[in-house]
Amino acid sequence: MKTPAIAAAAPLLALAALPLLLHSDFWLHFAIMTLYLALLGQAWNLLGGYGGQRSFGHAAFFGTGAYAAALLQLDFAINPWACMVLAGGFGAGAGAFLGALSFRYGLRGSYFALVTLAFAEVFRIVADSVPFTGAGVGLQIALKESVADFQFPEKSGFYAVILALTAIATALAWWIENSRFGAALVAVRENEDAARALGIDVDRTKLWAITLSGALSGCAGSFYVQYFLYLDPRIAYGVEVSVTALLVPLIGGVGTVLGPLVGALALRALNEASSALTGGAPGLNLVLYGALLIVILALLPDGLISLGTRLRRAGRLRALGRA
Amino acid sequence: MLDFDILLPAILNGLSTGAVYALVALGLTLIYGVLHIVNFAHGSLLMLALYGVYFLYTLLGVDPFAALPVVVPAMFALGYALQRTVIATASHGREENILLVTLGLSIIIDNLALYLWSADTRTINPSYGFSTVDFGVAFIAVPKVVSFAGALVATGLLWLLIRRSDLGKAIRALARERRGAELVGVDVDHVYAMSFGIGIACVGAAACLLLPSYYVHPGVGESFVVIAFTVVVLGGMGSFAGALLGGFIIGVTESLGGLLLGENLGRIGVFAIFIAILLLRPTGLFGQRA
Amino acid sequence: MLEVAGVGKRFGGLTAVEDASLHVREGEIAALIGPNGAGKTTLFGIVAGFVAADRGSVRFAGEEILGLKPHVLARRGLVRTFQLVEPFAGLSVRENIAVGCQLRQPRRAAALAEAAAVAGRVGMSELIDRPVSALTIAGLKRLELARALATQPRLLLLDEVMAGLNPAEIAEMVPLIRAIREAGVTLLLTEHVMQAVISLAERVYVLNDGRIIAEGPPARIVADERVVEAYLGHGAAGRWPRRLGEGGAHA
Repeated sequence: MKTPAIAAAAPLLALAALPLLLHSDFWLHFAIMTLYLALLGQAWNLLGGYGGQRSFGHAAFFGTGAYAAALLQLDFAINPWACMVLAGGFGAGAGAFLGALSFRYGLRGSYFALVTLAFAEVFRIVADSVPFTGAGVGLQIALKESVADFQFPEKSGFYAVILALTAIATALAWWIENSRFGAALVAVRENEDAARALGIDVDRTKLWAITLSGALSGCAGSFYVQYFLYLDPRIAYGVEVSVTALLVPLIGGVGTVLGPLVGALALRALNEASSALTGGAPGLNLVLYGALLIVILALLPDGLISLGTRLRRAGRLRALGRA
Repeated sequence: MLDFDILLPAILNGLSTGAVYALVALGLTLIYGVLHIVNFAHGSLLMLALYGVYFLYTLLGVDPFAALPVVVPAMFALGYALQRTVIATASHGREENILLVTLGLSIIIDNLALYLWSADTRTINPSYGFSTVDFGVAFIAVPKVVSFAGALVATGLLWLLIRRSDLGKAIRALARERRGAELVGVDVDHVYAMSFGIGIACVGAAACLLLPSYYVHPGVGESFVVIAFTVVVLGGMGSFAGALLGGFIIGVTESLGGLLLGENLGRIGVFAIFIAILLLRPTGLFGQRA
Repeated sequence: MLEVAGVGKRFGGLTAVEDASLHVREGEIAALIGPNGAGKTTLFGIVAGFVAADRGSVRFAGEEILGLKPHVLARRGLVRTFQLVEPFAGLSVRENIAVGCQLRQPRRAAALAEAAAVAGRVGMSELIDRPVSALTIAGLKRLELARALATQPRLLLLDEVMAGLNPAEIAEMVPLIRAIREAGVTLLLTEHVMQAVISLAERVYVLNDGRIIAEGPPARIVADERVVEAYLGHGAAGRWPRRLGEGGAHA
């Protein structure tokens, strides 16, 4: 289902006006986190949705970007804005590394999922053991509240940044849907052998996808660091990030431009609702995530975005039955 | 470099843990071999069983080894129910979705445990916990000796079940050729669920054998998943002998790795083997499918 | 245009192909036939770059291509189709064909437009924007053909393109393939459907147990004793009537 440019751009333009309407910190935080989830989801969707290579260890790219952003500013005094760009680079590097290994050895499906999981875990253990990354204690960024240091006194500043990042990621997804590269990627997803026979370099295509995906994830990681000013191995490389990254597009609609946006909103809303109900008890959040994953797979495997089509089809069938 | 007196017990302990790993891996490889499911929830179910054994001990005073006749059937029933109700329906049979369903299950189980029982590490202290058996060359703790023996016995029983019983024949037929098995009257859904149940029963047995010399906390599942997968991938998906041999190799590697590098980094040794196998020889030592 | 010389391939203890040699002249339609298990698919796979050969050489347009990957071969003009047609699911006929067009046409919009032209060549114009899930077997076969044609091949390897088609559909497919040759594409087919082989091929190679046992024009091949024996078993040649080649028998 192709998304016309208008449909992709409209929600983002509307969102740009949001800070003018919202003044409560609570709602701005909600919006920021939603867009952050959407960014992560778009990143995963590039590789897993359009590319069909479902990774269970996207934290490997996210965390690498996050640690890069944190360490570059803490230990090397590099400007945090530049750190974001570099974080994207590190994320891309992690993606390329993992991709080169996995795809060169022909890993697909469950094996690919397993190897990404394994890498994320290895990175986590290393980060947890090595003093350079602060080991288990983690890293703390000093509160500066100056725009030059990529910290904003007002939340609206962060909002603008994450909106821009998510807009770029969404634009990338739209471009993929309409470009030659995207068509090749989808062909690879559907049938690798047929794609090869038609002249597509399957390995190179997948490698590009994972590199782009890694870059976006790395940026998301660096944003996290700037917003929360704290990072530890579990946050960076833990299962929660990896699961969130795949849950967002799956709920919203894999392989679509707006799916991650819809999924992010749904997930964030669920998060808030469950926190309110359970009082933020440890673990309950993720229980809900797991349950949601199963329910979505059972009832709406094509995601929330397909709800419209499904209802229409059901309506049509019912009309036929009555006629 | 290191003293033989330190290395040998480490190796023997590794073999004991390895035997239990093998039992866990056998369940996983059975599930993969028959249902072609990569069961991400395997570690979480082991963790659940460990808590079960723990509470049986602390609340009812049942010794873990004596709890086998209770825990094993209970885990079997849980496995059967999960496959029949959740996994089969939610995934609609699509392989890529089955993976996600088991992932979802593992997340639910892991975090439910966290919510219900907190993150505290729990251990039990049975009376024989510190007694050792003298093997001449080394002293090995009683629980470890018992778990080694128990794991081998369980493996033997499983082998007999698969090789000699009617159910075993049905399972093997289904694993090899689904259509053919259907045609000769095998109730596919039932046998699938039975196989899954048996796989989880193995996990139950492993939990009973493991707790006296180990511990449990909600995160245990995650670490076991990778170890179990490493063993299965090393031995070859669907291979019995492979799971056994793989279990021993990984058990010893982990033991020696922990000795030389400390537990955290020693764990990386296992991962490194895992990744290396996936890349270099995904069929493992004895596996047929890639 | 295509020269296969002494190609051999073993899978473990099984010899799939042994000392196979064949050549296809430019503009020719050649066919590779043989009973099931003879090694046709393996040989095809080797030529198209999907299977690694143990020994031998494959030369395309004068250059050695053994060991090159399929996508490289496609760029050079050697393209194969698949017996089991799996279209790119979820996409339309046009989008499927466009993937093939993309090899030569970097601009997406132009590729989509070209796809319509290619669809016309295989008689799928009305179906161009339908989803591929709506296609019949015959439609899928045409799609497979269209996708391959879209890459503007010089040599097209058709893997049992007639498989699964009824006689009426076969009768429609034959002139289509001839038209492809008229447009300047060299063709090598593997086939079980003898009617098609006899109608189309100028030269036939027979593969049995991994070896090429006969070569020649279809009429001669069909009457060849060794070929009859390969298909029907030892001693069959003597018992079978001589007029096998006439009337287009189905094998």
